[in-house]
Amino acid sequence: MSDTTLRVGSRGHPSTFEDLSGAGDYFALLKPRVMSLVVFTGFTGLFLAPGDLHPVLAAVALLCIAVGAGAAGAINMWYDRDIDAVMKRTRNRPLPAGRIDPGAALGFGVTLGIGAVVIMGLAVNLVAAALLALTIGFYVFVYTMWLKRRTPQNIVIGGAAGAFPPMIGWAAMSGEVSLAPVLLFAIIFMWTPPHFWSLALYSRNDYEKAGVPMLPVVAGTRKTKKQILLYAIGLAPLVMAPYALGMFGALYGVTAAALGALFVLGAVCVWFDGTDASAKRMFAFSILYLFLLFTVMIADRMIVGGPAPASAAMCPLGICV
Amino acid sequence: MARDRHISGRHIPEPPRPERHKRRRSRNLALAAVLLGLVVLFYAVTLVKFGGS
Repeated sequence: MSDTTLRVGSRGHPSTFEDLSGAGDYFALLKPRVMSLVVFTGFTGLFLAPGDLHPVLAAVALLCIAVGAGAAGAINMWYDRDIDAVMKRTRNRPLPAGRIDPGAALGFGVTLGIGAVVIMGLAVNLVAAALLALTIGFYVFVYTMWLKRRTPQNIVIGGAAGAFPPMIGWAAMSGEVSLAPVLLFAIIFMWTPPHFWSLALYSRNDYEKAGVPMLPVVAGTRKTKKQILLYAIGLAPLVMAPYALGMFGALYGVTAAALGALFVLGAVCVWFDGTDASAKRMFAFSILYLFLLFTVMIADRMIVGGPAPASAAMCPLGICV
Repeated sequence: MARDRHISGRHIPEPPRPERHKRRRSRNLALAAVLLGLVVLFYAVTLVKFGGS
């Protein structure tokens, strides 16, 4: 991070580089908006899990989840700097704007990622550390480097990386993974495609220009809207599963049902709307949807109190939630 | 002499010297804060781990 002239890699960048970055540019590399959702869902997993982790260690676990997610984001920005420079939405990020040396960004991401996993392992437990490493690795190698530029299913499979944080939080608190965190994982996994395809609908020209095979680019607007609707319909019963399995009470059940119906309604609006307006609204609402759903999980548990009791209702087919 | 740069066909003007110093200073301060935070973090974790809590 010195002001001296540096040699950098290829991918459309100059052979010399003068580092013009400020602290804010490095913070931007962490994708703070994505990080906030990751931290929140990770906290929900931590909060809902049975166990008695010391509050300081719980805070460390959350910090590791946040830093790990940020590290993955930084490495993603390093790898994607060529397509980020082409897209309107991302061209002012620190790397395509030329404020950060690509090598420094990669080093920053790798250092943070390794640091977050090691500290999670030393301070919390190895299961949480292994899941955090898996999440970072999945996002960087499977999503960013393998799927993103190759298949319109990129965010369907790659969405798993964003779905892991509640499972990591759960593992941090309890030291294990049971059916309940897998259910939280499944909810985010199912939520991811309609969330990103809504964005891709109104950013399809950008993606096309950058050569990223997002579904609207490859299969067209109509098929994407149909997929958004199908995923929204599939998500509605899935968010009711924790209620049906006795994880939560009526507060969660009613809210999840209402949110599920609104999500389907949003998808129907996207289906019928010939403009991008509904897709923009759907994208914004999908973020609110996930925040509200996980907030009501916490609120419901606070009202009911304590970790999930091991009742017969929570052990369908002998598998305890 | 102007030291503007071109990246991916875009013109990136060189910021004035005081601005560059400000940015370097902000990086240094952030790094100091991170190091201090790590000291506090390891101290707190050690207390919890070895305090039998």
